[in-house]
Amino acid sequence: MGEQILLKHKVVSLDGYKASGGWTALEKATRMEPAAIIDEVKKSGLRGRGGAGFPAGLKWSFIPKDSPKERYVVCNADEGEPGTFKDRELIRMNPYLLIEGMAIAGRAIGARTGYIYIRGEFAREAALLEKCIGEAKVSGFLGDKLFGSAFGFDLHVHKGAGAYICGEETALLESIEGRRGQPRLKPPYPAVEGLFACPTVINNVETLAAVPAIIERGGAWYAGIGAGKSTGTKLFSISGPVKKPGVYEADLGIPFKTFLEDYAGGMADGKKLKAVIPGGSSTPVLTAEEALNAKLDYESLAAAGSMLGSGGIIVIAEGTCMVDALLVLAKFYHHESCGQCTPCREGAGWTETVLRRFEEGGAKPGDADLLLSIANNMMGRTICPLADALAMPVISFIAKFRDEFDAHAAGNTCRMGASR
Amino acid sequence: MKKFKFSEEFNRKVAPTVARYPRAEAALIPLMQEVQRELGHFPDEAAQALAGLLGVSYARVKGVLTFYTMFRREPGGKYLLQVCRNLSCHLAGSVKLLEYLKGRLGIEEGGTTHDGVFTLITAECLGACGTAPVMMVNDDYHESLTVEKLDKLISDLRAAAKAHK
Ligand SMILES: Cc1cc2nc3c(=O)[nH]c(=O)nc-3n(C[C@H](O)[C@H](O)[C@H](O)COP(=O)(O)O)c2cc1C
Ligand code: SF4
Ligand code: FES
Repeated sequence: MGEQILLKHKVVSLDGYKASGGWTALEKATRMEPAAIIDEVKKSGLRGRGGAGFPAGLKWSFIPKDSPKERYVVCNADEGEPGTFKDRELIRMNPYLLIEGMAIAGRAIGARTGYIYIRGEFAREAALLEKCIGEAKVSGFLGDKLFGSAFGFDLHVHKGAGAYICGEETALLESIEGRRGQPRLKPPYPAVEGLFACPTVINNVETLAAVPAIIERGGAWYAGIGAGKSTGTKLFSISGPVKKPGVYEADLGIPFKTFLEDYAGGMADGKKLKAVIPGGSSTPVLTAEEALNAKLDYESLAAAGSMLGSGGIIVIAEGTCMVDALLVLAKFYHHESCGQCTPCREGAGWTETVLRRFEEGGAKPGDADLLLSIANNMMGRTICPLADALAMPVISFIAKFRDEFDAHAAGNTCRMGASR
Repeated sequence: MKKFKFSEEFNRKVAPTVARYPRAEAALIPLMQEVQRELGHFPDEAAQALAGLLGVSYARVKGVLTFYTMFRREPGGKYLLQVCRNLSCHLAGSVKLLEYLKGRLGIEEGGTTHDGVFTLITAECLGACGTAPVMMVNDDYHESLTVEKLDKLISDLRAAAKAHK
């Protein structure tokens, strides 16, 4: 197993963090030029761990250099994508990595203030972060004039109030500003006009937590881990019928088969692998064969027709009804659509209605095609990608497990009914 | 509408909360959460009062109140049970847990028991899928649940509620 960067130490006290080498990267960053910090992050090849995989250094470089406005660093700890539970684990293991990473990001883009937007259900984790931030302020690792430099950085925790859509970056900004979490039209992008209409960098917890090691040991070192353009380590959260579900840190590029067997302990109770959703519920499903031949990195999963996404792996065993599984996801996306765009609001509702016919009786032979046509009408036509996030599972489930949909329609019911 | 009076504790928290942001309106959701933490729900009268306090419209506060699922506009039971119904929990048997709870508590989804001890609702992915199936009781996660564990948990909570009376 490769080197652990994010889950190396369980650290819950400031002294423990210092003892593990904490704050040396921030100290170094206060003596570096902001542009040099951004270059180092660019060199590392670090990509966004929240789902889209956008290069972090490049995103930071979009902050206008000459803007007279305040700038902000925002951490996305909304962790709402079904199948994803890595950020909670990371915060529990070592909240200081995130705090230090945010301060370094602040130094890089000229921000004095950061906000951690954490889903409201993570009340314990929010309290832990508040405690750690408070102690860091008292000890001079946050606040004014850090390490004797002119740079100061302050950090606040902002709790969400229950809305998956607030994980979308612009909805998240609306939510911090005290409004309904409805995504904004882009452009302008947050780097230019983000929080309080000021230049803003938004990154996922895991992205920011990787920054201290990159500054300390260099971008080239980080880029040497992983596979090709998928550099570094990644947290994978694996759930479903495996022997050891949980969160594991592995080098990007690890074959799924190795990950399943060596980290997750293989399938539980002699179950047989049927399908895998590799990167959170919105990423296209893979058949067992496709998954067992795939590697876990951005390029390999794209080549396999899916996405690395958030690294939330959902394992599905033989005996599971794929129509039923898809209905669960459709209900979710329908419930969470913010309602601004017709194709999303109506399409998600329709998808749920038609899938219910499959499960509860009354589906007609053409209904699988009807679902596909609804999905195609949802793709790429909306303000944010939530509509695509439902369309992709619909299209992939039907493409790969069409026989189950057709059998439901022909038999007027679900023959498996196992999980219901 | 009845006039709403904020508590002393709440009033002490207003200034430091507002100070975290460059605009007072950003303190809206944190302060709404504080009201709900104190009262167990967020009454409509408080929306009016908070709008006045932060200088935003009543419609805006109502809009926020109805958008976010964690705000509860009606008083509920002492313990809010939230059963995750998303995919990993579903695959791990959350439907059975929900059916069990409905049966034992004699309520449907959204209902509150007569003695005011439990309110039962479902939730979307709670971000703890590795220990599915998951249920929250107020702020606490209960993970890797089985019907047996749930049975004991409900008995324990009932006893705790009685002891507090
Ligand atoms: C509907 C929707 C939900 C999202 N939920 C999350 C989330 O819970 N956590 C997260 O980090 N990113 C989430 N994202 C991605 C964010 O919009 C954004 O890309 C990310 O926070 C950027 O950080 P990164 O570049 O470090 O990944 C979501 C996107 C969409 C469209
Ligand atoms: S795609 Fe859906 S969730 Fe996204 S903005 Fe449009 S209606 Fe809202
Ligand atoms: S599906 Fe239940 S916690 Fe994620």
